[in-house]
Amino acid sequence: MQLPTQKSVQQDEAPQKIEKMKHVVRRIKFESELDLDFGERVAEKAYGQKLLSCIQCGTCSATCPLAHYMDYTPRKIIAMTREGFKEEVLNSLTIWLCASCYSCYVQCPRQIHITDVMYALKREAIQLGFHPKRLPIPILAQEFYKRVLKDGRNTESWLLISLYLRTNPFKMLKESILGLKLFLRGRLTIGKEHVKRRDQIHAILEHKKGGQPL
Amino acid sequence: MKYLSYPGCSLRSTGRAYEESIVAVFKALEIEYEELKDWNCCGATSYVSIDETDAFALAARNLALAELQVAEGTINLIAPCSACYLVLSKTERYLEDYPDVRTNVNAKLDKAGLHYNGRVEVRHPLDVLVNDYGLEKISKRVKYPLKGLKVASYYGCQVVRPFAKFDHSHYPVTMDKLVQALGAEPVDWPLKTRCCGGSLTGTTQEAGLRLNRLLLKEAQKRGADIMLTCCPLCQHNLECYQERINRIYQEEIDIPVAYFTQLIGVALGLSEKELGMQRLFKKPSLEKFMHPKGEMAHA
Ligand code: SF4
Ligand code: SF4
Repeated sequence: MQLPTQKSVQQDEAPQKIEKMKHVVRRIKFESELDLDFGERVAEKAYGQKLLSCIQCGTCSATCPLAHYMDYTPRKIIAMTREGFKEEVLNSLTIWLCASCYSCYVQCPRQIHITDVMYALKREAIQLGFHPKRLPIPILAQEFYKRVLKDGRNTESWLLISLYLRTNPFKMLKESILGLKLFLRGRLTIGKEHVKRRDQIHAILEHKKGGQPL
Repeated sequence: MKYLSYPGCSLRSTGRAYEESIVAVFKALEIEYEELKDWNCCGATSYVSIDETDAFALAARNLALAELQVAEGTINLIAPCSACYLVLSKTERYLEDYPDVRTNVNAKLDKAGLHYNGRVEVRHPLDVLVNDYGLEKISKRVKYPLKGLKVASYYGCQVVRPFAKFDHSHYPVTMDKLVQALGAEPVDWPLKTRCCGGSLTGTTQEAGLRLNRLLLKEAQKRGADIMLTCCPLCQHNLECYQERINRIYQEEIDIPVAYFTQLIGVALGLSEKELGMQRLFKKPSLEKFMHPKGEMAHA
């Protein structure tokens, strides 16, 4: 898997000059380059989370089992979100590595629902097309969405097959031994499960009927 | 008390042994329940990454169906999978706490001719068995106390967080007490609620495998003979990737991972088949710990 790279700040010097001094990059953003309302918009989508009340204590990062592998720790994501570093946050691997374990959510001394903030960021990133195209995590979310939209239930084997086809078909071969083992133990079903009243599912999720591309 | 059960998608595939053992144990203990008719997927952690109102509405259809099935009173809806348990509890809680969510979700349900009035209480089978049925009654029914068996109880995240309804959010003990009631010995370990990575083992193994490696190593280091889980995804992650973890990280991990309901079943004297033991990758060898009740009194 290709991890997203951290981009340097957009250059404002003339292009020829940059050629010559390639190694000199501005790493600090000017305020004019920030999206200053970003934090408020995100907070609104996550139950008015009071991002401003975050005291940057780092409890969330300390308790997060995935912080070791993130490009920005949860504490940094909160800080960057409220300051308006929209591209950095939406391009980050962090939001996709968040496994929704709710550890930070229950430990934050300011009762910020960080997991909900992460979800709001994931939605924003998918909607604005920010996530790296072949990163499997958002694709899993989309495939899952489509499957449930259609049948009302999810059949794990089919979900994984569509995931691998869209990301890395070779991985399917790698996983096939495990798949076979599961199959032999009756733990993989091939027949698709579905609800009887599919019409209810479609009515609830009306505007998405027809499985428009996400 | 009457229960409704919500199996969820995983219990129909990778987690089949979980459902089989729940059915067998509930039957043996004579706990009555009915399956929720025409239940749909809860949406897990994926749906809310796409559209939140849809995610809540999808989960809420199940709550609304439960109210149609049981005409009166509070309905105890049993959700064994951690993700289902969390999503359904969270939906129930947010519908109550946030009027906006309630209005939007009911507007969507309305289109399907459904409505949710707030009568459902989402329960986990661990909670039901220990707190409704009771440990004393369970231990009375134990036929084969599992003396000497060391058990690392693994709760995972979403059964205890964020809504710690029946136990502590980081250091729960319910399963450990249950283990004691079965005559076995709980292993004290600090990682009982550290995340297994959920679906990261399928999407980003570099992270997913490492999380499981830590959990398995610690349980083994503390001398556990077996790890118990209460979630189909945790069970799958901890059990099915051991070989791969050993190969990539040069570890020597070798520990069976079963559902807590399977262990109850074994102690109650139920057959391996009923409990779905043949579906495990590594069948725990429990015979040497199973001492028929009464035998020990003579020893
Ligand atoms: S735990 Fe809460 S207050 Fe502390 S840094 Fe994280 S979000 Fe901010
Ligand atoms: S919910 Fe996400 S960000 Fe919070 S501790 Fe868990 S993995 Fe980390």
